[in-house]
Amino acid sequence: MDFGFCLSPSSHVKMDSIDLTTFNRLKETNPDVNTCIACGSCTATCTAGNFTEMSFRRMLLMLQRGKEDEAKKMIQRCMLCGKCTLVCPRGINIRKILLDITR
Amino acid sequence: MNSQIFHPFVLPFVLGMAFVLTYCLVGLIRVIAQLPKDDRKKFWRSLVTPKTAWANIRDLFGDCLFHVKIWKRNPVLGYMHSAIAFGWFMIIVIGHVMLFTLKPLQGIEVEGLQGMFTNFYYPIFFKYFAEETPVFAFLMDFFLLMIISGILIAVVKKIHSKIVGVKRVMHFGFADSLIRFALWTIFPFRLIAEKTNIMAFWWLYSIDLLIFMCMLPFTRYMHIPTEALFILLRHAGIKVTEPRKGYALAELYACPSCGLCIDACPMSVNNKMSGNTSAYFMKKLRNKDTEESQRIAETCLMCGKCVKICPVSIESCDIKFSQRAATPYYINSDHSYLNDISTESEKSHKTLYFAGCMTQLTPKIMRSMKQIMEVAGEEYQFLDENGGICCGRPMMLSGKTAEAQAMVAKNTELIKQSGATKLVLSCPICYKVFKEEYHLEGIEIQHHTQYIDELIKTGKLKVNKGDVNYVYHDPCELGRAFGVYDEPREVLENVGNLRKAKSEKELSICCGGSLGSFTLTQQERDQVTENSVNDLMFNNPDEIVTACPLCLKTFARKSPVKVKDIAEIVAEKL
Repeated sequence: MDFGFCLSPSSHVKMDSIDLTTFNRLKETNPDVNTCIACGSCTATCTAGNFTEMSFRRMLLMLQRGKEDEAKKMIQRCMLCGKCTLVCPRGINIRKILLDITR
Repeated sequence: MNSQIFHPFVLPFVLGMAFVLTYCLVGLIRVIAQLPKDDRKKFWRSLVTPKTAWANIRDLFGDCLFHVKIWKRNPVLGYMHSAIAFGWFMIIVIGHVMLFTLKPLQGIEVEGLQGMFTNFYYPIFFKYFAEETPVFAFLMDFFLLMIISGILIAVVKKIHSKIVGVKRVMHFGFADSLIRFALWTIFPFRLIAEKTNIMAFWWLYSIDLLIFMCMLPFTRYMHIPTEALFILLRHAGIKVTEPRKGYALAELYACPSCGLCIDACPMSVNNKMSGNTSAYFMKKLRNKDTEESQRIAETCLMCGKCVKICPVSIESCDIKFSQRAATPYYINSDHSYLNDISTESEKSHKTLYFAGCMTQLTPKIMRSMKQIMEVAGEEYQFLDENGGICCGRPMMLSGKTAEAQAMVAKNTELIKQSGATKLVLSCPICYKVFKEEYHLEGIEIQHHTQYIDELIKTGKLKVNKGDVNYVYHDPCELGRAFGVYDEPREVLENVGNLRKAKSEKELSICCGGSLGSFTLTQQERDQVTENSVNDLMFNNPDEIVTACPLCLKTFARKSPVKVKDIAEIVAEKL
């Protein structure tokens, strides 16, 4: 609810009105995104995350909330080194997902 | 026309031969026209440079005629192929020798254009038109029987390939099966025709030749004329630029679809995954099946084993790279943040240690390396102790070579800034890219296996020999790519007993964890790993040793014994 008195802009996401086509398409091509438990191992090991705010976990959350542009901007930092894929406890092929998001 | 110089049954052969020659000429011009301008210049120059010209002659005879590489790989297949190809070649040669020696003697010389036309088909049907002398007749029968013996092996291979030592074979479509059948029947028909002189068999022989020639450009037998061109281009030092153009096109047509890479491929653990092998990739790409060839290019582990064992030396990995590069993955990489990283280093040491991303995930390798360098009394600087920048190879593996340059540039800057003269790496993935893509003049690049070997040999490092039995796994990017086979083995001989794996050195099997593949699922990777572990456990070693952090992590999931890095082993024995 935003009555116009907040100091910072509302981060409220209206789930009914957002566009989830990218995320839905991703779910179709890479069903393993559904198994993510948001443990953050990927973010903890990220080489690019050492220098920037790159975080795969957050990026996935952004996509689920329809914040496609922000997500795409974030993955520009990725070096595709594959450490995230190696440490993922759910065996999600994160490198492939990163390449597939904008295909 | 004189019945001694013409009979209508030669027409099918003449037609087929004319077609195939025209097609090859057009194809040759097309390939050369598609080469980039510099490469074309290189190609012409290589033909007259003595060194490459000699290599050309050697390989044209060795590969195209005597099939040395197949003999080395599998003598039965070597005989099979040589019997058919070399035997056929000899029959054509002897036919021509007879044409120029016997024909004038028997007084059936024809002048002018008509004579040339006669000479075109005469050697192929010689026995029908003229008499052979006993020596020539013996030679012709000998080579004809040699071909038929080769065909018999081919038939056995088709029925039960394991008899000739081939586990998995290519599956062919209708066209390839038909032309193979035509090839198999050409020679028996010729033999019967020559011995009985029944007209029907001369016709069958000629029609078989027509079928073979007409289908040749559209099937795997196109490798016969293309391999020669491919050898010339390869020796000229030309590289693949586009997946279906110029040099790559010559490679695609030079692939004989022999399927030797299917048994070699680490992915061939089951029938379904053996469809991901190079032989199928080349076939699909040649047939313009973009979707399927793209899929295989993305699945490939890029271990390079198929390239090493290929009897034609086709660099299929390079074509897969260019295929990946041709399909853009739309990440608009922006690595400008790398510019903000400070490059100031405290003090300069001679030795610089760069662990690499993967080693960051296996801190025991870093710890062992630190320990080794301290014990050896080496002054060193640890470049990425608190996390470094990726070397750029994973980015290049996805076909984004240009985007990787930001990382290459920053790492180069960092290394040059340090003033080191030696760079020690723990990860073969980094090693490959540092060796090939970085310009680090004056800096010696070593993998830690080479570095430890050097420390032991110069006496800086003293190790105790234990009685543990080790088996060494050759990482793809260290072994096959750079031939670093002996150094790690010598180190292990110093600290324990070395046992052999079933497949070693250039035949070593990828661990399955390779960054080369994008699409292989975890389950599929596990199957590859299990197969590789079984191969290593062949002589029941106590521990598996590797020199790659990625192999270490991958094996550790599936191995029944302990898996360790070579640095750990050495650190234990200090």
